[in-house]
Amino acid sequence: MSLNYFELFELKPAFDIDLAALENNYRKIQSESHPDRFVTATSAEKLASMQTATLANEAYQTLKKPTNRAKYLLELQGINAVAETNTNMPADFLMQQMEWREAVEDNATNLSGMHRLLRDIKHETATLQQTLADELDTKKAWQAAAETLRKLQFMDKLREEIARKLAILED
Amino acid sequence: MALLQISEPGQSTAPHQHKLAVGIDLGTTNSLVATVRSGLSSVLVDDDGHALLPSVVRYLPDGSIDVGYSAQAAQSQDPTNTIISAKRFMGRGLKDIDVSQQPYHFIDSNEMVQIETRAGIKSPVEISAEILKTLKTRAEKSLSGELVGVVITVPAYFDDAQRQATKDAARLAGLNVLRLLNEPTAAAVAYGLNNASEGTYVIYDLGGGTFDISILKLAKGVFEVLATNGDSALGGDDFDRRVFCWILEQSKCKPVNAQDTRLLLTKAREAKEWLTDHATAQITSVLSTGELVNITLSTKQFNELTQTLVTKTLTPTKKALRDANLTIDDIKGVVMVGGATRMPQIRLAVADFFKQTPLTNLDPDKVVALGAAIQANTLAGNKSESDLLLLDVIPLSLGLETMGGLVEKVIPRNSTLPIARAQEFTTFKDGQTAMSIHVLQGERELVMDCRSLARFELRGIPPMVAGAARIRVTFTVDADGLLSVSARETTSNIEANIVVKPSYGLSEEQILTMLKSSFSEAENDKNARLLAEAKVDAESLLAAINMALEQDGSLLNAKEKQKIISQMDALQANIHGGVGDAIRKATEVLNAATEDFAAKRMDASVSRALAGKNLNSLEI
Repeated sequence: MSLNYFELFELKPAFDIDLAALENNYRKIQSESHPDRFVTATSAEKLASMQTATLANEAYQTLKKPTNRAKYLLELQGINAVAETNTNMPADFLMQQMEWREAVEDNATNLSGMHRLLRDIKHETATLQQTLADELDTKKAWQAAAETLRKLQFMDKLREEIARKLAILED
Repeated sequence: MALLQISEPGQSTAPHQHKLAVGIDLGTTNSLVATVRSGLSSVLVDDDGHALLPSVVRYLPDGSIDVGYSAQAAQSQDPTNTIISAKRFMGRGLKDIDVSQQPYHFIDSNEMVQIETRAGIKSPVEISAEILKTLKTRAEKSLSGELVGVVITVPAYFDDAQRQATKDAARLAGLNVLRLLNEPTAAAVAYGLNNASEGTYVIYDLGGGTFDISILKLAKGVFEVLATNGDSALGGDDFDRRVFCWILEQSKCKPVNAQDTRLLLTKAREAKEWLTDHATAQITSVLSTGELVNITLSTKQFNELTQTLVTKTLTPTKKALRDANLTIDDIKGVVMVGGATRMPQIRLAVADFFKQTPLTNLDPDKVVALGAAIQANTLAGNKSESDLLLLDVIPLSLGLETMGGLVEKVIPRNSTLPIARAQEFTTFKDGQTAMSIHVLQGERELVMDCRSLARFELRGIPPMVAGAARIRVTFTVDADGLLSVSARETTSNIEANIVVKPSYGLSEEQILTMLKSSFSEAENDKNARLLAEAKVDAESLLAAINMALEQDGSLLNAKEKQKIISQMDALQANIHGGVGDAIRKATEVLNAATEDFAAKRMDASVSRALAGKNLNSLEI
């Protein structure tokens, strides 16, 4: 039987996880498996080190970020939340998306406006993450969670967009 | 690939002996070598007591090669055969270089740029190898022994082609590279940022030719690089060039020849260094035309001339902070690296930006080599007190060319190494048996704006109808930040054959040719050496497996154990046979036979680390 990422770090599969334990166990695994520990080892040992360290990195990055973690939890349930066949969104959210996008365009050259938008987006993101925790960990409402996850992904993209625009403004 | 992974004949395989390992800072302007002796990292000096080796290589008329101060002294008389700052050309094509600023005869090739000298056409890799050879000789003389391996530092912002070129140079110099280490990470190690200094640090590294900014987090004995950024074409040399242009302007000189350019650039550098501790610098020089240059440069003028360069370093700094999602309030300390950070206006600008005084108590020229030595000592397996683990990241995103000249990112920048990502492709014609994949590195969306790393041809795809084949291409970036690619057709499970054409690197063939030409005079010697190396490798493998069986033999059942032991016996018999190739082959077979055992041992040690968890079968 193979281990999933949660089992690798000795965590219960959940959205609301102990991030300190995750980081701690990740570091422990890297301390044992990182290629730096096997520089003068046999090539078979180097290969094993490379594979384990790579897996630990992939697993850590997946579980560390809330959006990736939710996506992975749904995958464990056999649900691909981001498949192209799975992108129907409620009309009100689509409307809201457009408003966000317009706000970003309107403030594209306004540094303080962009920072204010970023704050709003962070707030909205936190709310969506709270909803996800409820849907994934308490209600086990997978389809509802998949929809919330898609909203969250949209917010992530919006935040990246703003970061890109801020980078241009600050240059 | 095992060829010339030099572990010296006669090198002891005894486990407890102190292994000689050094750290090398292969700099644009100067290079250094350092080692750990009696627990202390120190820079090794040459016969004249110099720690720095100017990264200057001169090809002399008599066919000999000069490296260092004497070569540097000759650069004005012999500019076209005296190569400085070769690091700037590593893994670079002609179009990446501002040729007008350089006195050399560049050869345009589709790959890495080359320079025509009186000793023939030289690639930057060969030129760098000369510097490494000089440092190797210095180290072996000073430590009275052969080196087990080296850690060579590279700018964190170096892309795959530049890293590969550095590793190739080491191979040409006969050095066994334990790791390529990012310069800022090395500096942080040198500062002994240890458990008592947990927190987030910025390493501001302004070297001769490159600027790097890295943000590192240190917690519980693990260094994690949070973000890195920089400008691989900004360094102390640019300050010299500003002063050089100013001299021409002030003294109303006509455009000068290569020799005078070199002369005035040297004067410019001297003036810059003088201004670190003085208010004005006098620049006096007689040009080959007989014209006299005699002007005074004040600190104020110098600061004005170079202000935009100082500001230019803050842009990547801001970007790195944003990538790491941090503000200046999160930064516990700022480490200054690189000779150019001696300039007072740089220190002021950094202090002003971060609202704290930067750390400058270690010599900014030596700090990288000192850190590299500490890491080399650890990697070679010598016990040390501060056994830090460094988790480094890939500095630039890796992507693939897709339809319409766009780049699709496969591995985003700042991903922790090692990392592997798989991508699936399919055929678009019936019966298609080959496809070509273009790998790029960079952050931009268009192929033309990113650096082309390599083109891969996948061949041997089983013929199927269009769209039926599933070719899974796996991109792996190792702890040195180097990319490798493998591919497999998943419906038939056929391993596709990959032909790599590096865009800027040297091909395996070119390297072998260079190696051959450097060893040709001692052919017999070489064979004897290869045999001795094969034996040493085989014996150390046998010793390692014996030890592993002793410690963890219980992880294997009787049959598995017997399989390994019979391959060990076969290798032993080959060692007595005394044929180099046969020994190498048997070594490879034994290595392959122990892969499952190695994986089991790894799982066992990870589960021990997490305390009592059975991880017998991790899905990799």
